[in-house]
Amino acid sequence: MIASIPQSRAFQRTYKAYISIFFVFLMAPLVVVAAFSFNDSLFPSLPWQGFTLDWFFADNVERQGLFHDDKIMESLGTSILVAACVAILSVLLALSNAFLFERQNFRGKSFLYSLMLIPLVIPGVILGISILAFGSNVANGLEDNHGIELEFLRPGLTMVILGQFAFISTICTLVISARLRKFDIQLEEAALNLGASRFDVFRTITLPWLKPALIGSAIVAFLMSFENFNTTLVLVGSDAPLTITMFDRMREGSTPVLNAVSLLLMLASGALALLSIFVQRKEPGQA
Amino acid sequence: MRTLTGKRLALFLLLTPLLLYLFLLILLPHLEILNISLRERVSYGVYKFSLASYQEFFSEPLYWLTFLRTAVMSVLTTGITLVIAFPVAWYIAKVARGRSKSVLFLACLIPFWVSELVRTYGWMILLRETGIVSNLLQFIGVVDGPVELLYNDVTVMVGLVYTSMLFMVVPLVSTLEGLDDSMVEAAYDLGGNGWNALKEVVIPYAMPGIVSGCIVVFMLTLGNYLTPTLLGGKDSLWFTEQIFTQFITRFNWEQGSAFGILLLTLSSLMVWLGLKLSRQSFSETVGR
Amino acid sequence: MTSEIDLSCRNINKTFDDFIAVRDVSFEIPRGSFFSILGPSGCGKTTLLRMLAGFLEPSSGDITIKGRSMLGIPPNKRPVNMVFQHLALFPMMTVAENIAYGLRRRKEKPAEIKRKVADALERVGLPGVGDRAISQLSGGQKQRIAIARCLVLEPDVLLLDEPLGALDLKLREHMKVELKKLQQAFGTTFIYITHDQSEAMVMSDNVAVMNSGRFEQVGSPQDLYYNPSTAFVAGFVGESNRFSGTVVSRAGNIVEVKTECGQHLHASERVDLNLASGQKVELFVRPEMIHLSREPQQSTDNSMTGQVENILFDGGNSRLLIRETSSGSEIQVVHPQTSEFSDINKGDTLFLSWKADQSHVFLDTNERGEA
Repeated sequence: MIASIPQSRAFQRTYKAYISIFFVFLMAPLVVVAAFSFNDSLFPSLPWQGFTLDWFFADNVERQGLFHDDKIMESLGTSILVAACVAILSVLLALSNAFLFERQNFRGKSFLYSLMLIPLVIPGVILGISILAFGSNVANGLEDNHGIELEFLRPGLTMVILGQFAFISTICTLVISARLRKFDIQLEEAALNLGASRFDVFRTITLPWLKPALIGSAIVAFLMSFENFNTTLVLVGSDAPLTITMFDRMREGSTPVLNAVSLLLMLASGALALLSIFVQRKEPGQA
Repeated sequence: MRTLTGKRLALFLLLTPLLLYLFLLILLPHLEILNISLRERVSYGVYKFSLASYQEFFSEPLYWLTFLRTAVMSVLTTGITLVIAFPVAWYIAKVARGRSKSVLFLACLIPFWVSELVRTYGWMILLRETGIVSNLLQFIGVVDGPVELLYNDVTVMVGLVYTSMLFMVVPLVSTLEGLDDSMVEAAYDLGGNGWNALKEVVIPYAMPGIVSGCIVVFMLTLGNYLTPTLLGGKDSLWFTEQIFTQFITRFNWEQGSAFGILLLTLSSLMVWLGLKLSRQSFSETVGR
Repeated sequence: MTSEIDLSCRNINKTFDDFIAVRDVSFEIPRGSFFSILGPSGCGKTTLLRMLAGFLEPSSGDITIKGRSMLGIPPNKRPVNMVFQHLALFPMMTVAENIAYGLRRRKEKPAEIKRKVADALERVGLPGVGDRAISQLSGGQKQRIAIARCLVLEPDVLLLDEPLGALDLKLREHMKVELKKLQQAFGTTFIYITHDQSEAMVMSDNVAVMNSGRFEQVGSPQDLYYNPSTAFVAGFVGESNRFSGTVVSRAGNIVEVKTECGQHLHASERVDLNLASGQKVELFVRPEMIHLSREPQQSTDNSMTGQVENILFDGGNSRLLIRETSSGSEIQVVHPQTSEFSDINKGDTLFLSWKADQSHVFLDTNERGEA
């Protein structure tokens, strides 16, 4: 319980021990994955054969390091492309939604708000199959009736982007709306009063205020897209993003290259996450 | 400055993207799978209305047993996650102070930033026959030979709980942080004991966090694919696998859509039930 | 002070749906004066100010600044600037960037902007704080920066929306004087809205008292205090004892009123109301106008005898609550801290008196509504 209420020693010790075990449980899989990327063995398992960087840099028949594994590097590029598109689209829609829900009043607003939240409670698989089915239906209809072939409505990167965008944009909307809600509307009036045009106000006052939320939500969107699996698996075409490639490898039988990729991902996403926390925390000195 | 037409125009411009998005990516696609699930293929390109896919679900034990199993395991996972996460959230929100508080909180966030695939991979390395735990058990002499810890239901649950942990801890921490220490003090002051204070003050206060955590965890578990597949192996029998199989492998979209609709119904029902029982509103619980 | 008119409003009305926020307000403000609009919350003063700033359009009537009509001119094109209630300093900019904001919108040269900003900081008495973040300023400093940010644009009129409301009492007292000095130094026309009569009285050349969307009276602070023209002003400006009663008779402009408790009081009718016998009226007398004595007084217009019921000690602002012996009504009187009265105790008998022209009489407001 709280500090001001006396507790028995035994209780406190048990509680502390519980918390420690919890964090061991939390960290163990990650530590293990990271550690075995340096194991000088063909398999990511014990016994420990000594330290090596082969699984990052080697380039021979037996061992092909991460940076020479074309398939992985290619899907890494695909993932980055997809994640960047999803982040940009999501932030743009979220910005528009935030202004719609925070600044406008119209009939059916709360209904529309609930509708906007629904993607958060739809399992990713279902979101994926529904978009797949709808895309195919539209594509078939256009092809059969008008002879128009729209390749992007078939499984492929565009569909992956749309599928991920469908639920990630909701999360971005929540982040940006929360920030906009804290904005003091008087600041905009003050700027207008000081001679700024409507566009000036948006550019010099509102946008700088939203900047931490925009950057933060873009990073969140990027990471969520990058690690998305369920929706992606349904919609993916021939160009596989990294998670799909890794999943296939994992089922084929894993090598420490996967550990190396994982470590790289951990470091990169950790860095991005820290950046987003830093950006959001460094609020412009609030009055 | 704000003429009526200008205001209308702004509303229209802001409304358009949202409506396009909702219709094209959410509403119409889901109506589409509902439509597909309710038809039967007669010949190429010719369909008729039929409940055959749903009949198939109820007449084939494999399907409805998998469905039931997924639902029960998801509920169990949610419950276990809540029980494990609550003391941790309490510790972070109320016991830890200053630096250690933010470090602990960040530590809870870290696994979330790493792909679920990587996390599951970690569990595979730990639990496989040649894995760390097996070796550890042999080392301390609990078992004689290597033990295979993968591919059973307990392991699947461990993986699911692990993956869900963050989504329970974060909402709990944020509600518990709002709890004034003096409320607990008052409960003691008025003659309550620890258990009493927990039951009558803390838990009712944390209810919004508990509900939103449970809903998210339940949703994610129900819709999970990676963890049951990788940790449970071929016979893990998770309902999302059935959907994938029907859609991707067998190309039986009618059946797959019916499964999707069933899963969606189940999850909506559970969300609705959770909100009703705890008297929380959807937009406030989910929109946090 | 010149007699040139900076801002004038003619018959301004503002309605929201079926609620009338401002009704038929007209006034003129001479150049370089300090004009306050005083009223309780919800009286329409903020609505009026927002119409002057251009955030609202009047439903009817005209606003002119230096002879130019402001109707249809957006807020960013008006020669008025506003100090907001919560100041609305931009938190993501430094002090200097805040002050330069309006100048940059006018696309002035960087060197010129720099000079003007430094000059403005100098004039509000905060030289060298330009590089600080807004959060590093104290409440009083923020106040001055908000004013500097407006005055650097040399507006014709500066609007101030209760900017002292958020400050603590001590600082508020200090800022009153400071604001008055700043206004005189810059010579800009200030329009100041507040619900705090002391702020309005101390700083203003002229005060408009506003109530339910209407201007009750416009005049100098002294005018409002000594010659209130409506019951609302008499009750709102300064403190008053209020009696309800009926007119019994009149002699010249002296009206005799019989209060509900049965006292007979005399008051002079300041405004030409033509009160007649039988009309319901309200009579006001200020606690500080009442003469106290331990001995009965001879031949004054109004006199009362009563017992001290309570002593409300507040230093130089102390009051006595006196219960009148005959009617049982309660009256508040200033408690002078002179040697004569400093030893007053509960239950002491005191004799009160005041002249007819030290009190005011108005038609009962409810009565006026029916007429």
